[in-house]
Amino acid sequence: MTDSKTAAAIDSAAAEGRPAFIGYLPAGFPDKETSIAAAIELVRNGADVIEIGVPYSDPVMDGPVIQQATTEVLARGFRIAEVFEIVEAVTQATDAAVLVMTYYNIIDRMGPAEFARRLAEAGGAGAITPDLIPDEAEEWIAAVDAHGLDRVFLAAPTSTPQRLARIAEASRGFVYGVSLMGVTGAREAVSEAAERVVRGAKEAGAQRVCVGLGVSTRAHVEEIGAYADGVIVGTALVAALRDGGPQAVGRIAAELTGREI
Amino acid sequence: MSTPRYRNAEGPYFGRYGGRWMPESLVAALDELESAFRAAKTDEDFVAEYQRLSRDYTGRPSLLTEVPRFAAEAAGQGPAPRIFLKREDLNHTGSHKINNVLGQALLARRLGKTRLIAETGAGQHGVATATAAALFGMECVVYMGAEDTRRQALNVARMRLLGAEVVPVAHGAQTLKDAINEALRDWVASVETTHYVLGTVAGPHPFPEMVRWFHQVIGEEAREQILQITGRLPDAVTACVGGGSNAMGIFHGFLDDPEVALYGYEAGGEGLDSGRHASAITLGRSGVLHGARSYLMQDADGQTVDSHSISAGLDYPSVGPEHAYLADTGRVRYEPVTDAECMDAFEALCRTEGIIPAIESAHALAGAVRLTRSWGAEAANRSIVVSLSGRGDKDVATAAEWFDLLPPQDGSEAPETGVQA
Ligand SMILES: Cc1ncc(COP(=O)(O)O)c(C=O)c1O
Repeated sequence: MTDSKTAAAIDSAAAEGRPAFIGYLPAGFPDKETSIAAAIELVRNGADVIEIGVPYSDPVMDGPVIQQATTEVLARGFRIAEVFEIVEAVTQATDAAVLVMTYYNIIDRMGPAEFARRLAEAGGAGAITPDLIPDEAEEWIAAVDAHGLDRVFLAAPTSTPQRLARIAEASRGFVYGVSLMGVTGAREAVSEAAERVVRGAKEAGAQRVCVGLGVSTRAHVEEIGAYADGVIVGTALVAALRDGGPQAVGRIAAELTGREI
Repeated sequence: MSTPRYRNAEGPYFGRYGGRWMPESLVAALDELESAFRAAKTDEDFVAEYQRLSRDYTGRPSLLTEVPRFAAEAAGQGPAPRIFLKREDLNHTGSHKINNVLGQALLARRLGKTRLIAETGAGQHGVATATAAALFGMECVVYMGAEDTRRQALNVARMRLLGAEVVPVAHGAQTLKDAINEALRDWVASVETTHYVLGTVAGPHPFPEMVRWFHQVIGEEAREQILQITGRLPDAVTACVGGGSNAMGIFHGFLDDPEVALYGYEAGGEGLDSGRHASAITLGRSGVLHGARSYLMQDADGQTVDSHSISAGLDYPSVGPEHAYLADTGRVRYEPVTDAECMDAFEALCRTEGIIPAIESAHALAGAVRLTRSWGAEAANRSIVVSLSGRGDKDVATAAEWFDLLPPQDGSEAPETGVQA
């Protein structure tokens, strides 16, 4: 048993004998209502955990598709309050664990304590912080712990065993295993580094490791699902949302989770 | 000298600033770089090679030139101080940037890396990196904001002549910060073979400390030179601050001389009230960007605010973390200088001394003018060292436009030259 909302979602997928499916969508893309509808479609078609990405002016971990989407959202005058509204709407409409994925300056500006408070109030499960390493996270960890939220840190193919131990210890919910050295974006093949990251993180004490970056086909999901606790898909969903709206997101989610081909 | 107080500060933190606000994927490379740097600093062979290149290739030591006609102009009716320029403009490639680049290229070679990447604003750091890559036989890719490739077209051509690939970055404000984002994206994917030659004292540890170390020679030379010429330390040292590398380099020599006042000049653009400037320290709000906690221009949500300056090299919304610390302690005073004030000083130096400065460096000249005027009668017995971080060849087109020196666009009044276009 766990009192982590995200871990519980991953565990119930495991109880069904499958990896958890974690889908990323940028907050407010292409607009608030559509992004909520797309997240709900995602859950209806098999997503266990939803990541709501916070559009940010300097997204160094993102490739062209996600950059393009978030730049559009920022250009229309997006404000951070919208993120909490979306988290709340998706949490109320579904039983998925809803995480926020955000670059750290957004949290820093609001103040970690206030950010965590508002996230908890909206019903969010926690946050993924792609440019925050445990070495700098003392304040953030204290803030999320005050609200029982999950804190997901990233593990990379280049992380040493010592660092993996630190990441495993700092994380709650799961450890985000970065499948390759690079930024977000669809890739042809899953890097062989992914399995190494998962094994390394588990040996370092991580209970749940989910893999993301470059995952875009059912074959990738099956391959990663064989050794990881969950599979994270972003760019493929964002491209579907851009080209075909929430229905297209639902279709590709169903395909990726193997509900229909 | 009294006991060191500010000199030789080590990262990752400078007071509450600095650190590593970076994706985990890059931590291993930063650790590797940090240990290579620590080993190199105390390795006689490395230091000797670096000093040899600085002398035979860069042309160090750079001169300290007194500029009495400029000083007289700065003083107007009043008495003039003695003003000296630390001539980093005379370095090979035309700015201080080469000091850092040669050091990092040597480290990259030690690490077995075969490819250098860099961001550039004014193009000076990109040119320096392309130059080092040519010298060391390495591959080179330079990321440059699309807006800056237009403003600094001459430097784009220089980099290409030197064999570098220049990639215009069309995201965001299309200036320096966006070029850094793109260089970081490249680095995450290429770190095994590639060294990222960050061009200023910003970024994640160990960059702020390491880049400063490669530039410390500026302040060491200047201190020795001014003592030799005037027999005493200067009353003030002025430098422009973009990310802050030339400023850290020259300030470092004087940090523990409390009688020397240190002044950093940020780009005031069209004035602080206009919102169009690059004065992160003066605005005074801390945040994290590009791997470091420092002062940062940001909106109420934490989104980075676009900076503006007539000089591409100062057009950056944050500043190196050690400057943030030195500002808080009060050891260095930071003030904005507007485009207009800087261009007046630019023009004055050209006319009175026959030296065309980089527009970045002209901010430090404007600071010297401001100090001179504020001193009034006291100025007579005082001296100022100005960090002349670069030469202005790259800025001639911008200056020609500012001072309206170009022939009319329609060509109707173009002089008859007999040359076919
Ligand atoms: C001549 C010159 N001075 C100053 C700067 C600003 O950089 P820093 O503040 O790191 O010295 C630049 C940057 O391009 C430059 O080219």
